[in-house]
This record gives sequence, C-alpha cells and structure tokens, in this order.
Amino acid sequence: MSTATHGPAWFQRDQVFEFLQPEASSQLDLSHNTILYLEGLNVSFDGFKAINDLTLYIEPGELRCIIGPNGAGKTTMMDIITGKTQPDSGQAWFGQRLNLLKMSEAEIAEAGIGRKFQKPTVFEQLSVFENLELAMAGNKNVWPTFIARLSGEQLDRIDEVVEMIGLKSEVKRMAGVLSHGQKQWLEIGMLLMQNPQLLLVDEPVAGMTHQEMDRTGELLTSLAGERSVVVVEHDMDFVRSIARTVTVLHQGSVLAEGTMDQIQNDPRVVEVYLGE
Amino acid sequence: MFTRSILAGDRGGQIMLGLLLAVTIGVTFANQFLPIDHALHVPTYTVTLLGKYLCYALLAVAVDLAWGYLGILSLGHGAFFALGGYAMGMYLMRQIGDRGVYGNPELPDFMVFLNWQELPWFWQGFDQFWLAMIMVMLIPGLLAFLFGWLAFRSRVTGVYLSIITQALTYALMLAFFRNEMGFGGNNGLTDFKDILGFSLQSDNTRIGLFIASAAALAMGYLVCRAVTQSRLGRVSVAIRDAETRVRFIGYRVEKVKLWIFTLSAVLAGIAGALYVPQVGIINPNEFSPLNSIEAVVWVAVGGRATLFGAVAGALMVNYGKSYFTAAMPEAWLFALGAIFVLVTLFLPRGVVGLFQKKSEKQQEAG
Repeated sequence: MSTATHGPAWFQRDQVFEFLQPEASSQLDLSHNTILYLEGLNVSFDGFKAINDLTLYIEPGELRCIIGPNGAGKTTMMDIITGKTQPDSGQAWFGQRLNLLKMSEAEIAEAGIGRKFQKPTVFEQLSVFENLELAMAGNKNVWPTFIARLSGEQLDRIDEVVEMIGLKSEVKRMAGVLSHGQKQWLEIGMLLMQNPQLLLVDEPVAGMTHQEMDRTGELLTSLAGERSVVVVEHDMDFVRSIARTVTVLHQGSVLAEGTMDQIQNDPRVVEVYLGE
Repeated sequence: MFTRSILAGDRGGQIMLGLLLAVTIGVTFANQFLPIDHALHVPTYTVTLLGKYLCYALLAVAVDLAWGYLGILSLGHGAFFALGGYAMGMYLMRQIGDRGVYGNPELPDFMVFLNWQELPWFWQGFDQFWLAMIMVMLIPGLLAFLFGWLAFRSRVTGVYLSIITQALTYALMLAFFRNEMGFGGNNGLTDFKDILGFSLQSDNTRIGLFIASAAALAMGYLVCRAVTQSRLGRVSVAIRDAETRVRFIGYRVEKVKLWIFTLSAVLAGIAGALYVPQVGIINPNEFSPLNSIEAVVWVAVGGRATLFGAVAGALMVNYGKSYFTAAMPEAWLFALGAIFVLVTLFLPRGVVGLFQKKSEKQQEAG
C-alpha cells in the first residue's frame, strides 16, 4: 500500500514527522509487502511524453516481465528507478522509506537495486574474476577500495556466483573475449555480487541463441524468490517461458497487467502489440 | 617485502627500476671517481641532463596514471609541473639573500627592480626548506583538487575535459607573465645560488640532485604501481572503459577521479621541483600548452597504462629532442608531430607494446 492512500503522512499516529525520518535509511522496509512503488510518473523529452502517468508496484520475490512496443517507455522507466533520469512529476519509492528520486545512482545501487543494461557492458580489460570483484557489495569509498583485500568469505561468494552463471572455466579470461551470451551472464553475475533486493534486467536475451536463451531463463527464474526480478523483454517466446505476471506498457503508461494468458486475450493488448 | 608484492608480475617495472639503479650508481661513480680524461668519465653536464630527463620521466608517469589508467587525457599537466617548480624556485630565490645584484637581503632582485618595499605575503616562509617542500606538493595538489572537484562533479569528460585542462595551463601562463603577480613575470625566477647550503654550481650538488631525481622517480613509480595494482586501480580501469557502469555498481566515480588526478598532480609538482634547481631557471614558458602536450606524446610513444612505458617514452623522446634541437632545430616540432602520428597509427600500445607478449599481458590482468 502506498502512502498516498493514507493521506498526508503528518496525519498518521503511527508515524513521526517526515523530516525526522532519514531520507535514505539503509534499511529496506518491506512491511507492506511491496518492494517498488512507482506512482503517477511523468517524463517528457522535448515535448514527447516518454512516461505518462505511470503507476506500477512490484512485490518482494516476484519475477515480473514488462513488455511493450518500441518507445513504450520501458528503458526510461528503468532510468528513473536507477536515478539516471529525473521525472517531471510523480513518486518512486524503494520499500516504504527510500525515496529514489532523492538518491544518486550510487546510493540507489548501494540500497539494493541492480540494473543490467540492454547492451552488455562488462569491463573488457579486466578478467571475469575482477569484474565480479569490483561489483561486490562493500564499502566503495576511495580509501577502503585502495586498501581492500579479498577475504576468504568474499572469495567463496565470487566462486558461488561464477558457478551460478556458468563461467567457471572462463574465470581468468578477459571479459572482452567472452561471447555475447557469456557477457550477458557475467553482467547478471555482477548484479548478484551486489546482493540486490531488486534486479532490473533489460532485454537479457537479445542476440542470444535458443540454447543460451533457455539457460538465461533458468538463471532468472532461479534468482526470483530470494529477490525481485523485473525483466524488460521483446522476445515473446522467452517471456512466455518465464513469466508469472506480465505488465504491458504502451505510450508511457500501463495498458494491462496479468498472467500471460490474460494478457494474450486482452483485446487492447492484441491491438497495440501482439496483433502486429 | 611491500615493494616485492607491488612489483609482482611487473617485468617491465623490475627491469626499469633495475636499470635506473644501475645507471644512477654507474653515473655517480663515473662522474665522481673517474679522472676527467678517462674514457668512461661522465661530465657533470651530462649528469644534469640525465637528471632533467628523470624529472620528465616522473611527469610522464604522473600523466600515465591519469590518462592510461583513468582515461583523463590531461593536456595541462605541465601546469602542475611548473607550479611545483615555482615553489622550489621561490625557496631558491630566498636562499640568494644579499648576494643578488641589488644586494637586498630580503627582497629578490626583480622585486627591488619593481620598487617593491616589502615581501608579498605569499613569499613569507619560503626561506624554510620544509615549508617550500610542502608547498611543492600542496599547491599543485590543491589546484588539481579544486579543478577536479568542479570538472568531475559536473561530469565533464573526454575532449571537453582535455580542452579545459589546456585552458587552465594557458591561463596560468598568461597570469605568470604579469609582473604584478609577484613571480618575476617574463623572466621568471633564476640566478639561484645554493640549495640547503650547497652550491648549485658544484659537481657534488649536481650529483645529489641527480640521485634525488632518480629516487623520486622510483618512489613515484612505486606509488603509482601500488595504486594501479589495488582494487582502486581496477576501478579506475573500469572507469576508463565504462564510466556509467561503474557508477551503477555503486562507486563514486567523481571521487575516484578526483583523488587519482590529485595524486597525479602532486607527482608532477615534485618532478617540477627537482627540475628547477637542475636547469637553474623557472619561467612562465613552462606553463605553455606545448609542454603538456609533449608529456602526453612521451606516454603515447612509450605505451599507455604500463607506467614503465611512460618512463621509456619520456627518455627516448627527450633524447631525440636533445639530438634534433642540436642537429636541426627547426625540424624538432615536425619530428615530434610525426612521431606522435606514427606511433598512434602503427604502435597503438607504444614502444613497450612491441616487447609485451600477449600471454604476459593476460597473466598480468589475471
């Protein structure tokens, strides 16, 4: 439930004044069983409304697929959540208490939102191991980073993730020489090193072979549950194979939401998207 | 122990530091103990020239730290070099005392000439060596910190950043040309007599400065190596290659850039401070953008992101410069330009790239 339905925050007995609450407390408060709130978001670029009164909620542990034609605002939505784009109006909250609109990209990442980009961006001049090492959660200020040494526990964690993403035999190779699919997995692995509560995954299977697609699907479904996963994808077969709940975006707002079957039988959706 | 761990797997660095040590000992011995008519005697002139090259090499290492590892192409590192040089020059001016042309015990000659009655506040205390040495590091460091804080915070990168660094050094050059600035204007600071009580004209002092330059280069190299081998170094390589991605992982890219850039500027300042007593003069021409660009060329010729490549590049290009400017002075700038173009086209990894095997490179990265 959102604060908006309660009325102004200063009216409530169970809350202290807003200014007494930390702006970005490190604790993720999931007491209302919602990990991400997007409410009434609006963004326009030079008059073009990329996001139009978008409202969306994600539950903890959920695997959510977001589909929509090109220009539906999927990537812009991700940009808002990760702090890259500021909306013109609206709210974005992570759990009950973290106001995403007031946090920097680094703070958002630290609070537990990880993002995988459309184009795989791994650090090509570093090895798979080093890529994961850099992504690891921990104190990322300059001096602690300078004196950082890997503990046994952290090495185990890297091993575990390497195993999970199936790159055990490539661990010492430079990330630049990996295949496209392997880079995508490495990037997911880097997200996992940050121990995020919410994973945003942008078109994970673009350019993948069917085999790679299946493995990616398995990987994503295995990740949900412990954490929430939001997948933006074009490939309908892939979405059908992993999705539990699907949200359809169209012209910057939510057109429909439901199971894959419900979505496919929704005439509005068929009109704008599936019917093409 | 510590040295060994940061040099692990760094063949080029080990060779470079070994050669540096051998040359330093060899040159010192050949200059001090071999008679002048001996075939292997090294004249003091050559010692000073080598010392000058070593200062340039330290500047190149500083540029490589910022450019090779962090992707900040600074075309203004000459400014930090020159500021370090000026801080040292101010100390050396104060040491002249009443031996100047006008014989004023307090004021340097150019101030007497300008009819100044008392020492400006920013010259106070520069008769103390320790204070001057702090200033050698503090002034370039502060400028770099301030500059970086403004530039990196507003996310100025790439060519734009390079142009601003260029403008920075050019602006400083124009400022230092002015007599009212109080740094000797056009003529700069010169006519130095002694440093820490040792005459700058004596062979022993010259050897001492040469050894100090070699030591500073070795220390600077080890410091940079320690940074680049740490996780911070891997973060900076990551910033160089995919800055936005690093930000999403949760590193404060601005801060990483700021501190490494500042460290780089401090090293450049130290190089400048050792350079000035050896060449005997510091004037605003040291701020000229051309100097900064030359430093970038040294690094490109030697090989980016290796550190020892920067040292090799600085020594080679400067040897070439000494040769060319004596043999055919007009041709030097053309030669410099040609070297830069040819290296960029045919040796993207610089001269040291020729010697690095692929396997070795992978091993280093893994």
